[in-house]
Amino acid sequence: MRYLPKSDAERAAMLRDIGVGSIDELFSAIPEEYRLARDLNAPRQMGESEIVDHFKAAAQKNANGYTSFLGAGAYRHYRPVVIDTIVQRGEFLTSYTPYQAEITQGTLQAIFEFQTMICELTGMDIANASMYDGSTGAAEAVMMAVRVTGRDGVLVARTAHPEYREVMHTYAQHQGHEAREVGYGPDGRIDLSALEQAVTEETACVLVQSPNFLGIIEDIPAIAEIAHKKDALLIVSIAEAVSLGIVRPPVEADIVSMEAQSFGVALSYGGPYCGVIAAKEKYLRQMPGRLVGETTDTQGRRGFVLTLSTREQHIRREKATSNICTNQALVALMATVFLTVYGKQGIRELALQNLSKAKYAADTLGKHGKLLFAGTPRFHEFVLQTEDPPKQINVRLLEKKIIGGLPLKKWYPELGNASLWCATELTTKDQIDAAAAVLASAPVAATAR
Amino acid sequence: MAFTGTTRKVTAHLTQNEALSFEKSAPGKKGYKLAPLDVPEADASALLGDSVRSNEPMLPELSEIEIIRHFTRLSTWNYAIDLGMYPLGSCTMKYNPRVNEFVSRLEGIAEAHPYQPEALSQGLLEIIKLLQDCLLDITGMHAITLQPAAGAHGEFTGILLARAWHESKGNPRKTILIPDSAHGTNPATAASCGYQIINLKSNEQGGVDVAALAEIVNEDTAAMMLTNPSTIGVFEHEIHKIADVLHAKGALLYMDGANMNALVGKTRPGDFGVDVMHLNLHKTFSTPHGGGGPGSGPVACKDFLEPFLPTPVLAQGPDGLLHWNYDRPQSVGRVRMLYGNFGMFVRALAYILANGPDGLRQTTEDAVLNANYIRKKLEDVYELPYPTASMHEVVFSDKRQVKNRVKTGDIAKRLIDYGFHPYTTSFPLIVPGALMIEPTESESREELDLFIDAMRQIAREAEENPELVTSAPHSTRISRLDETTAARKPVLRWHKPVVRWKTPGPNDPVEIGTPAKEW
Repeated sequence: MRYLPKSDAERAAMLRDIGVGSIDELFSAIPEEYRLARDLNAPRQMGESEIVDHFKAAAQKNANGYTSFLGAGAYRHYRPVVIDTIVQRGEFLTSYTPYQAEITQGTLQAIFEFQTMICELTGMDIANASMYDGSTGAAEAVMMAVRVTGRDGVLVARTAHPEYREVMHTYAQHQGHEAREVGYGPDGRIDLSALEQAVTEETACVLVQSPNFLGIIEDIPAIAEIAHKKDALLIVSIAEAVSLGIVRPPVEADIVSMEAQSFGVALSYGGPYCGVIAAKEKYLRQMPGRLVGETTDTQGRRGFVLTLSTREQHIRREKATSNICTNQALVALMATVFLTVYGKQGIRELALQNLSKAKYAADTLGKHGKLLFAGTPRFHEFVLQTEDPPKQINVRLLEKKIIGGLPLKKWYPELGNASLWCATELTTKDQIDAAAAVLASAPVAATAR
Repeated sequence: MAFTGTTRKVTAHLTQNEALSFEKSAPGKKGYKLAPLDVPEADASALLGDSVRSNEPMLPELSEIEIIRHFTRLSTWNYAIDLGMYPLGSCTMKYNPRVNEFVSRLEGIAEAHPYQPEALSQGLLEIIKLLQDCLLDITGMHAITLQPAAGAHGEFTGILLARAWHESKGNPRKTILIPDSAHGTNPATAASCGYQIINLKSNEQGGVDVAALAEIVNEDTAAMMLTNPSTIGVFEHEIHKIADVLHAKGALLYMDGANMNALVGKTRPGDFGVDVMHLNLHKTFSTPHGGGGPGSGPVACKDFLEPFLPTPVLAQGPDGLLHWNYDRPQSVGRVRMLYGNFGMFVRALAYILANGPDGLRQTTEDAVLNANYIRKKLEDVYELPYPTASMHEVVFSDKRQVKNRVKTGDIAKRLIDYGFHPYTTSFPLIVPGALMIEPTESESREELDLFIDAMRQIAREAEENPELVTSAPHSTRISRLDETTAARKPVLRWHKPVVRWKTPGPNDPVEIGTPAKEW
């Protein structure tokens, strides 16, 4: 086996040194009846070329060469080549969590840069070293708010990602708090009057997503005012991180929970992605996950360490702020490289391109359906309501190798034949025009609703 | 203090200094070039109104060569498996094959959107199916979810399954039993699932005291969370009795699969009575640790727990096509959006294919061989608190060195000077001053001998020149860091120096990137 660096003669010599006659003696603690007497039922050992062929064959059975208008929490942006060059350096790829600071300063400094960038983008004071993803990060943010406030009421906008909401529900159910949903108004934003009625002295937090699942940018200052009036915390969940290049950061929030996949992380059929929690400084001690801090060594030189670990499970055990152990360090590194590549100017220019493409797409495709929530600010996603069910339209689009918008009926049946479309900097005018041509050949636009 | 030790393994060399990217930034430099916009440029202020960003985030402005050098320089400050042995106990720092990285980046895999039609995702779903089937046979379990993003997340999922099953029988029960040798994630997980934790004291061999267990288990016990082999690297040889005791009272046996690298191909948890367990693809199945993630923590279970698995589960239709089944009324719900860390599934499967059944078994045998070799070669100089047979890792204590005020953490730091990453220190908690060493199968005899040699020299230094050990490391870019100040006065982000802080008034424009408050 080519990964195993020993000859049979070396194995035999080592067994002799240990003082046993055979390898099986080292497994004698396993009761005989439970020892596996057969080969595992796995494919036979393959040569490297066979492995590559196996996955190439699998890859070819997927949507290759299609134009895609899918977004909905997983976004296709260009990934600068240097990202993979850097994350494939063995010193980053094959290193462990940087507990031994003297020999992991590279990872630690990169995470410190990541934390700084996230603070800059979100307008928060502190950011952690990353969480599993945006959905679990949102759930952890809610638990954090419950700890901070000592209250157990949780209000979640119905315009937050439906799968995020499911995850929050799973996390919340045994914590003694129940998440209630707040609906949206005709503008696609959270219904502020419903929210005002729902927030009480028992409310730990209000969680909204912005841009929300329907692509709409929420009115964060207004929501914050309602939450803060009753001393509830405001959590803003951001699924499309690139939006921060041009959308006002949610500075009124107490906690920001973000998915950083858009910052140079491959779609990879859903993961690994990169959540991150940022917050106001006063909530530091309730922050879940790892944190990197600056300090000095015995010679006074600057260095970085994992810090405030007394919040964490390996010290606090059942009293920890979370059971989270790993973060997503390598994915956070991708995001850090991405943000270093684009920098101060580039992130705005990139976001502006996304905004421009989506406006063109909404204007163009909107002619063949009804653009919902048309007057409300949005970033790069929009909801299109059509006369035909989106699934039917999508079948016709697929014939032209176009993957159309995501049908919303499963989550928002009240929107009728609605689908969620996304355009990024990678979507070309030709692709948008081609999709519009297919829509044009479909029965024209619904007027109902 | 000068380094005095072996030079066979390492030689000092220069590494580049490198400031933070923000400190190297200069206005106007660029590391990107976007394609020209082929649609009219939007008027952001008009479109976004009050929601437009009015300030610029303080991100670095650097050219591409500077970016490459920046991160390459940082990388050279890291130790890594690719450089040498990384004997962190319980972390299974094995070789991360490069073909795994290659295939995970293939077009059609890396660029697959999670919501693309299932009919256009069959290759992806086949990867998941084959990995699931292999993991089921490896564990001897009946059903599996790959959704959890990491080991602790898998624990959370597994305990939710146990809870849902108990609830379906009318009573979620109240307590989870956890040995005092367990990872900290175990009690944290049980607490987050709404359970009280009952700590089980280990017996004199460091294992589970079955008689004591039998007295504690009752109708309030939902499950026991057990790591097998235990965190001292010992197989619970009475595992079947443990399972019987639990099952007799209707409680479940959860296995923390952190140490599965000792078992693959040799024995199966499903056969010895485990009801539900998690695996760590980033440990046993070679997906890279990446400086602390991403991981992947599949949860495998017996048939009776299958209805409770997180949604969706993979299913095969009568037409042979694979699809996600969301119609799962008894499910515990989602623990993560989408389907899990798919990129890690690809890598883990590539590892399984590269090994085959024979390679997987040989891997386990070599891992156990390596640990026992180290044990044999060091047991005369380091205290072995539990003489029970070791599996894939060996746990010593610093009992003999402490006499000279040299502790496990010092020995660990001194190992750095010898060119090794430290072992896991001070864990498990049942061993005071633990040295927890897991070599994995990836080490050659030559590398093991260098490690053994280093450990023996350090033991001698602890006798003859303890100060040399307690002030280690001596050869790194930086020496020991002031962790106390880091925690007392946390500095968690960089701030541009010499800018006055002004508290914004209610009518001031929002400023991000405003400089520091004093911590």
